[in-house]
Order: sequence, then C-alpha cells, then structure tokens
Amino acid sequence: MKLIAAMSGGVDSAVAAARAVEEGHDVIGVHLALSSNPQKYRSGARGCCTIEDSHDARRAADVIGIPFYIWDMAEEFHENVVENFMSEYKAGRTPNPCLRCNEKIKFAAVLDRAKNMGFDGVITGHYARTRESAGGKTLHRAIDPLKDQSYVLAVLNREQINGAIFPLGDTEKVDIRIEAERRGLAVAQKPDSHDICFVPSGDNAGWLRDRMGSEDGPIVDQDGNQLGTHKGAYTYTIGQRKGLGLTVPTADGSPRFVLKIEPVSNTVVVGPREDLAVTSMKGERAIVCGPEIAPGSHRGFVQVRAHGAALPATYSYDNGFLSAQLDEPLLGLATGQAMVVYDDDRVVASATICETA
Amino acid sequence: MNPAAIAAMSNALAIIGNPSSLHADGRAVRKYVEDARDILAKHIGCAPSEIIFTGSGTEANNIAIKGIYWQRNAEKARPVIITSSIEHQAVLEPAHWLADHEGAQHITIPVTEDGVISLDALQLLIDEHGDSIALISVMHSNNETGVLQPIADVVEIAGDIPVHSDAIQSWGKVPFSFKDLGLFAASLSGHKVGGPIGVGVLVLRRGIDIPALIHGGGQEREIRSGTVNAPSIVALATAISQSNYSSHDVAALRHSFERGISHVVPDAQINGADADRLPGISSVTIPGALNETLLLLLDGEKISCSTGAACTAGVHRPSHVLEAMGLDDDSVMSTLRFSFGATSTQRDVDAVTASLADVVARARSAR
Repeated sequence: MKLIAAMSGGVDSAVAAARAVEEGHDVIGVHLALSSNPQKYRSGARGCCTIEDSHDARRAADVIGIPFYIWDMAEEFHENVVENFMSEYKAGRTPNPCLRCNEKIKFAAVLDRAKNMGFDGVITGHYARTRESAGGKTLHRAIDPLKDQSYVLAVLNREQINGAIFPLGDTEKVDIRIEAERRGLAVAQKPDSHDICFVPSGDNAGWLRDRMGSEDGPIVDQDGNQLGTHKGAYTYTIGQRKGLGLTVPTADGSPRFVLKIEPVSNTVVVGPREDLAVTSMKGERAIVCGPEIAPGSHRGFVQVRAHGAALPATYSYDNGFLSAQLDEPLLGLATGQAMVVYDDDRVVASATICETA
Repeated sequence: MNPAAIAAMSNALAIIGNPSSLHADGRAVRKYVEDARDILAKHIGCAPSEIIFTGSGTEANNIAIKGIYWQRNAEKARPVIITSSIEHQAVLEPAHWLADHEGAQHITIPVTEDGVISLDALQLLIDEHGDSIALISVMHSNNETGVLQPIADVVEIAGDIPVHSDAIQSWGKVPFSFKDLGLFAASLSGHKVGGPIGVGVLVLRRGIDIPALIHGGGQEREIRSGTVNAPSIVALATAISQSNYSSHDVAALRHSFERGISHVVPDAQINGADADRLPGISSVTIPGALNETLLLLLDGEKISCSTGAACTAGVHRPSHVLEAMGLDDDSVMSTLRFSFGATSTQRDVDAVTASLADVVARARSAR
C-alpha cells in the first residue's frame, strides 16, 4: 500500500513508520507543523511541535530511508483544536484536545489529503489495534495497558478507522525503545510527551487566564450562599478541592469540592464529596466506531479519562446520543469530557458528555 | 557540479600547503589561488584585486550590506538603506539587522506585476533622502522568477550613492560585467555556476576599505579573514571558465516546458512572463493546488522543483517576492519554481509535462 506516516519526532511514530516500511509498504513521512510560532526546543517531557521535533522526525525518516515532508496544519489546528479548547472551557466544560486533534486533524485533514493525493492510509505511532471484520476494521485496546490510547482514538468513525494503521498496538512501550535502538533511531530514549502540546508549561489555568482574561466571581454553596471569590470560573475543574481559598468552614469541618461551573453567571458551586457522585451520563455528538449499535440496552464498560479505569456499565445509543448507567458511582465527572464505551477490548462508540446525574 | 571543476578540485585537494605560508608548498598553493583569481576577474569584468573570496554568497551579501553601511556612516550619519522588495533573505536580513541594532532605516523599492523594480519609485526615494542614503542594493535577477533588473539604470540614477548587486542568480547565465555596470559591489556564489558549495565572491571596487565582519589574519584585503579555501576557489575558476551552459539551449527548453504546461494545465500562470528573464527559471502558479502538495507528488515522480522559502522548522512560507508582485495569498501558495540547467534535456521537460496533468488533478482534490 502507499501510506503516509505521521511523524511527530518521537520514538513511537518513528518505529511505526519503520515497521510499515519493513512490511513492504511504500511509505512517505510527514511531520505536521501545528504551531505557527514554534518553540526552538522541547522542555523536558512537555510539548511537541518544536523545531527540534521536526529535525528529529526528519532524521528518523533519513535513517528509515523514506522521503520526508512538512505539512503546515497550524491554521487548521488553531481553529479546530486550540479555539475549541478555549470555547469549551468558557462554556464551563472540560475538553480533551487530543481527541479533538485526532478527530479533526490527524485522521480528518491529513487522511483526507492523503487519500485525495492517491495514498491508501495514514500510519501513526498510537498504541491501539485494529482488526478486520465483516463490516470493515474495528478499533481495539493496545496490549500494553499503561500505554493504551484507544480512548483518544475513539472519535474516529468507521471510514477513518479503515484508513488508519497502528503498527505499535501489539507491543509494549519498553520493547519499542529497544527496537528503536536496534534500528539506529536517535530518538530511542527521547522522553514521552505528556500534557497538552500547546500548553508547554503544563499550567492550563494560567494559559487560559493569559488568553481569556480572568473575571472574578462568586464561589457559592448549593443553597447559593457566597463562600468566597474565584479568579475566572473556567480555570476550575469539577471535583477540584485544592486552591479554592474558602474562608468559611463547613459545619462538620469536611472539605468542599467543585460541583458545578456556571459560565453565564460566572459562578462556581461547591459542596460535599458525596454530591460529586455520578451514576448516569449522557453524551452528545456520538461517534460509532464499529458495527451499528442495536436498539435497547447493552452491557459493557465506560471510560471517561485517557488513563481512567474501564467502569462496568449498561449503555444504549439513540440517534446521536450515547447514554450509560454505571454499576458503581464515580466521583467528579465534568461535562465536555469524552465517554468511550467498550465491549471487552473493542471500542464501540464515543460521545461528549453533556449531562450527568 | 561541472566535471572539469570536480577534477580540478580533486587535484587541488591533494596539494598540501596554506596559501598564506611563505615556504615553497604555500607559495605553490598561493599561485593556484591567484591564477584562479585572475581567471575569475576576467569572467566578472573586474580587477583581480577587486575579488574577495568568502565562504558563501550569503557571507558576501552580509559583508557588503553591513560593511558599506558602516563605512558610509563613519563620518556622516546616512541611516537609509534602499533595497528592492524582492531581494533574497541574505540581503534583507542584514538590512533588518542594521535597522534593529544600529538605527538604520530600511526602505524597499516596489516592483511591477511583472516583477521589475520601479525606477520611478527609486528616483523619488533618492530625491527624498539624498545624502542620507548609505547604499542601494538591487539584485541582478530574481531567484524565484528569474526576472532581470535594470541594474545599469539603477547605477545611473544613484549617482554617487554606492550600489551593490546580488548577482548570484545571473552569473554565468547572462552577460554580467562589474565594470560595465559601474557597480560599487557585487555578490557571487560558486554552486550556482557549476562550482562547489562553500565558496562565494564579494566584488568590491578598488581602493574601498570597509569594516570587516570576520577578524583574524586579514587574508582577503583585511576585509575577510580566514585561510582561503584554495581547492574550492580553483574549482570555481574551472567551472566558470569551462562552463558548458548555453543560454540559448536552456531558454529553448524552458520555452518548450512553458508551452507544454499551457496545454496540460490551461489556467496555469507564468509569473514575470512578459519581462526579460534568466533562461532557466520558470515560476508557475497552478490555481487550486497547494504548492507543497504539488512538490510532494512531483518528488514521487522523481521531479525536483521548489516552493521558495521555508522557515527553520521546514514549513513553507508565502513568498515575499510573489506578494510584492501583487499575487493574492492563494496564488502565492500555489506557485512552484522549475529550474533548468546545463544538464537538463528535452526528455526531462517531456517527463514533467507528462506527469503534470495527473499530479495537478490529485493536488487539486487534496486541497
């Protein structure tokens, strides 16, 4: 097949590209420039898309022996990922920009362009597996549970999964580094990237404050009594306990947690831990990743964070909405997070949480 | 690289000796360097002593812009630097640097939609700024469009103001004479004429001393220090004196290429087509297709072309040259440069036009 390997400059995408070449595919490497004003160097494990990363990607392509190009996706990335990140926080929700990037950039803009140019698909270094089935490919967890990235890929629709190739899903990360050494790839010991690539400091609240300003507002209890003042509602997260700066103690001295963020009135609502408990959730903009979901209820698992647990649940799908009832309550779930439904290790569907109870 | 130049360079590499040394080996190498200087002087139309060897054309441009600026400001403040708006970064960046660090005022001369500088605009700038102008720098031809600039007219309008010309793109392709043009300084480069990478020439009028950028042994007229790169200089002189470049043949190939393009991509535009151009450059706008996509697909067909500038991260940047010519943003990002040289053949041209229809169709659908 003629394939495009998306190469970030990290070890995973380099090994993924090398494996595809070894399997006999006709591969070209593409590095996505996602920032119009890239930093020169990586700082530790944070960030990507620096000039150093693009050099690392180019060197990896040289060693593998494939052509290499850089595609400027900075504008698309800013519009679809960075602006969405800000507007979601502004609306009181907690978005995951990595999912958004996979949905709108890596497996939409890039895959579309690749297909129109005459390529058959896109290779990435994500840890996930696909399997052939009668109705096309299905998406599954990687064998390394610590690295499994099926959650952030659950925004891919069937067509996108069909065009995606994940050569690393059957290998543990530690072995990928050994393989990179063996292949002579200089990025073998490069640290993994964490956090959000466009917030290299790791300080999401500070980053949002710098760009969106901060308007003080009330922190209230569930009865509406003001307990303190916050510095911009969108810098708080559901379930947050620290950094509230409350001076009025509770009657029994128990701690308070952020229960709700109301962006219109710029209010943060706090309350006791037990009120954080969520047993049911509903998600909008549902994407079905494999076969159609039959009407009615099904048993499966729900995951709500990139490295969260798979929670036993009963789920159903109805006209673009995904609903789930958890067997056990979960503490601190925010709207805007993605809910991903699994059938054993297969990704069934994902949706953006819009209601919790 | 020209095969005769490769042979000359290999021979020169085998000769031990620093041309600045006084012993017999050193003198032998010095002789080769000075022979080369004489040959080059003849081909440039200057005196041998007007040649200063550098490590690149970029270095020659830097020495010229900064050095002349400093020299001209030594006794009287002359803050104005005038360049064309379509100069190479190796001229624009030194001018920007002087503006940022030394209070220079950088003014650019606009170009027509064919990419030729406006002499009327230059005349107005000279009338306005007069003796506060440190220097004028206008390239002999543009590297992206190949459009030739009216250097003799610039020199005439400039009068006593020093004129520098970046002639890197033109040298060896069209007639160029430092003396006949009446230039104050010019920059040339080795690898554009079939010579090696890593050698450039600054031609600077006799008797002019400008401050150095690189200090040390003072090897080249106290203006450029550093052991001179004898093998590359010998190779450069061989390349220019034994050039097999035929302007006529290359122009015929380009004509055939542009006619071929107009058949397979009827809405393609040739930029600067109505101006006098270098024989071997064609700047083509293909509406509806991104140049980076076209480049990738053509590369896959073993056809090399270029998109102009890229930033340090390798991202394609809109060309300031095409913008100055008035192309809109989409056209700028849809423009490719094709170059033809002494080794290009009609078969190469046929191969490009044969693959273009399919490549353009794929690139257009991939927008």
